Amino acid sequence: MTHSPGARFRTYSLLGLFVFLRPLGNLSLAWGTKHFPQVLSLNPVVYLRAMVDPFVALGIAMLILALLTRLALLSLADLSFVLPVTAIGYVLATLFGQVFLHEAVSAQQWMGSVLIFMGTGLVGTTPQNTTADAKESG
Amino acid sequence: MKWILLSIVVTATALSDLLQSHEMKRAGEQSVDARGLARLLKTIARRRELILSIVCLAISFFAFMALVQAEPLSFAVPASASSFILETVLAKLVLKENVGMRRGAGALLVLGGVILLAR
Repeated sequence: MTHSPGARFRTYSLLGLFVFLRPLGNLSLAWGTKHFPQVLSLNPVVYLRAMVDPFVALGIAMLILALLTRLALLSLADLSFVLPVTAIGYVLATLFGQVFLHEAVSAQQWMGSVLIFMGTGLVGTTPQNTTADAKESG
Repeated sequence: MKWILLSIVVTATALSDLLQSHEMKRAGEQSVDARGLARLLKTIARRRELILSIVCLAISFFAFMALVQAEPLSFAVPASASSFILETVLAKLVLKENVGMRRGAGALLVLGGVILLAR
């Protein structure tokens, strides 16, 4: 199991990077697609055109880096640990939606954010890796 | 249409995460510094299950792109997190992770928060 202080530090560094990259990537993607003049349909050409938009491209780049960070994170920690702890990103997404995209966020939604904070904190106190160390060389 | 897109996002995400978690544990510890990224990309290229997980993720991503264009970001992101509880159950059953009381309670709190956020 991965319980050493070094492994814990590496896990939380990767968590920090992921939590920063994903909401910013989603924000950039949302901004780009919302300002894209065509409706995204099953037509791949429209998707390709949208992906050339600078905000969509930046969002995709950040989300790819977030994916690689998450893969590294999953090599260190359980999926059932990573899922709730990274949920703090949903709070950031809501905040960004309100601040940058001027979306209406209700008191109930902020209450939801508080619950996510509490849940994330609680899961953060559990061991990050509970499965056997059956690792192969990579 | 939004519920169809959401179902695609949730199913594809759950499948992708299970495959990723399973394979990355087998691959051993990885990092995202310059050397670590190169090693990580090699690991992805060598493992069919990881490539399949990325295909699932791509399906989820394109469905999410269509969802986020039509619906508010503050709905699309939390609603797509409904894969969360499905994945926690599958992590216990399939990946044999120890989802104890504290982790279970924390996961339920997060789920409650996500539901409130999605309304």
